Amino acid sequence: MKLLEMNHIQKSFGELDVLKNISLSVEESEVVAIIGPSGSGKSTLLRCATFLETIDSGSIAYDGRVAAQNDETERAKYVSAGELKRFRSCFGLVFQNFNLFPHYTVLKNVTDAPISVQKRSRVEAEAEARALLAKMGLSDKADCYPYQLSGGQQQRVSIVRALAMNPQILFFDEPTSALDPELTQEVLKVIRGLAEEHMTMVIVTHEMAFANAVADRVIFMDGGVVVEEGPPSEVFGNPQCERTKRFLEQYQN
Amino acid sequence: MPFDVILRQLTVGFGKTLLIFGLTLAFSLPLGLVVCLGRMSKWAPFRALAGDGSKPCSGLVRALATFRPIQLIFKFFISILRGTPLMLQLLVVCYGPYYLFHAKLSATWTFTALIIGFVINYAAYFAEIYRGGIESMPVGQYEAAEVLGYTKVQTFFKIILPQVIKRVLPSVTNEVITLVKDTSLAFVLAYAEMFTLAKQIAAAKTTFAPLFVAGVFYFVFNAVVAYVMEFFEKKMSYYR
Repeated sequence: MKLLEMNHIQKSFGELDVLKNISLSVEESEVVAIIGPSGSGKSTLLRCATFLETIDSGSIAYDGRVAAQNDETERAKYVSAGELKRFRSCFGLVFQNFNLFPHYTVLKNVTDAPISVQKRSRVEAEAEARALLAKMGLSDKADCYPYQLSGGQQQRVSIVRALAMNPQILFFDEPTSALDPELTQEVLKVIRGLAEEHMTMVIVTHEMAFANAVADRVIFMDGGVVVEEGPPSEVFGNPQCERTKRFLEQYQN
Repeated sequence: MPFDVILRQLTVGFGKTLLIFGLTLAFSLPLGLVVCLGRMSKWAPFRALAGDGSKPCSGLVRALATFRPIQLIFKFFISILRGTPLMLQLLVVCYGPYYLFHAKLSATWTFTALIIGFVINYAAYFAEIYRGGIESMPVGQYEAAEVLGYTKVQTFFKIILPQVIKRVLPSVTNEVITLVKDTSLAFVLAYAEMFTLAKQIAAAKTTFAPLFVAGVFYFVFNAVVAYVMEFFEKKMSYYR
C-alpha cells in the first residue's frame, strides 16, 4: 500500500498558481528527493502534505485513508479538524530553520509532544528520547537549550523531535539550507543513517550529490509541475528534459 | 510642622498608594491578556458571504465578509482609553453613574471607581504590549507546534505565551513604573493616598517639604520596582 498519495494537487496564492496538478505518491521505506529551482513549488508541496497549507483541489491520503478529496464542485474538502489531528501522527516535518522551542531544553523539546499530545508516560517518552539523542550523538546535550547548540546540532535535535512521535513518514524541507558545508554533512549523515534503517522520507533539497546517493526516486519540479521523475541514476545521469539538463548544469561547477 | 509628623502622615498615605498600585496590577495584567485576545479576534460572522474566493464579489460584500465585530469593539475601547487623559477617565468612572442614572454613590464607591478606572486604563496598555509580543513571534513556532499535533490552546499556553512574557517584560516594566507615578492622579477623586495628603499638608502649612518627601517616596519605590523587574528579566534569561 502507498503510504502517501497526493493526486492532482492544485494550489494558488491569489493569482499565483504554485502547484499545477501535481501528484506525488510514496511507498513504504522509499526515499524521495524533490529538487528544483526556488519558487518551483517544492516547499509548498511539502506544506500541503503536512496540512500547513490547504490545497485548492486534489486529494491527499495517508496509508489509504483519505484526508482531503474533491467534492462535486472540484474543490478539495478536508475531513473534520478532529480527524485531521489523527492524520498528523502519521508524519513528521523537519524545517529549514529548525523551529525548535527556545524556552525548552533539548530533552523537553523532544518529549513534550509525546507526553502532552500522544499522552505517553513521561518515563517512557524520556527513555525513548534519550535513546534517540544518543543515536544522533547528542546524549550530552539533553539539558542544553537550543541557543547553546550549533546549527547542525539544532537540526539533529529537530529530527529527533520529529522521530519521537514515531511517524510513518518524515518530511524534510531543505534541512541543510541554513547550514554551512561542514554542518550540512553532519546532518546529511544522520538522514543517510535513517535511510539505511528504511525510514520513509520525502526530502526537498539542493544537495544534488546527497539526493543522488540516498534517494530511491528523484523528482525535478519547476513552475509548479513535475518536469522529470525517476531513479537518481536516470534523472542525474541521463536527464531527458531540456529544463532538467539546464538546472543540473548549474551544479556541475 | 515637624518633619517626623510629615513623614508619619505620608507613610500612611503611601500605604494607600501601594494598595492602588497592587490592586491595579493584580487585575490589569490578566485583564490585559483578555483584552489582547479580543483585540486579536478574527471572528467574522459573515465570512461565508465571500465564498471560497473562487468567484469575484462586490466591495460591499467583501467589506461585510471581513467585518470583525469583536476586534472592532476592542479596538474602539483601546483607542478611547489610550486617547483620553487617565484623569478624565477616573472622573467619568467615579461620577458617571450619578450623572447618567442618578445612582447613589456610597462611601466606598470612590475607591472602587479609582481601581476600576486604573485597571481598565492599564489593561488597554498591557493589551497592546501583549499584542506586540504575540505578533512578533515567528510563525515557525506555530507551525512546528501544529505539525506536532498541539491543540491551539496548548500551542498558546505552552509554546507562545512563555516566550511572549520574556519579550514584553521590558515594556511591562515601563508601564509599571508609570503606574507608580500615575497613582498620584487619585487626588482628583480626593482619595487620601500619599500625593493627595502631601498636597493638602503643603497647602495648609505653606511648605514645599511634604511634596519633596513624596517625590523621594516615589523615587525610592520605583527603584525597588526596577530592581524587582530586573530580577524577573534575569530569571527569564535562561534561554535566548
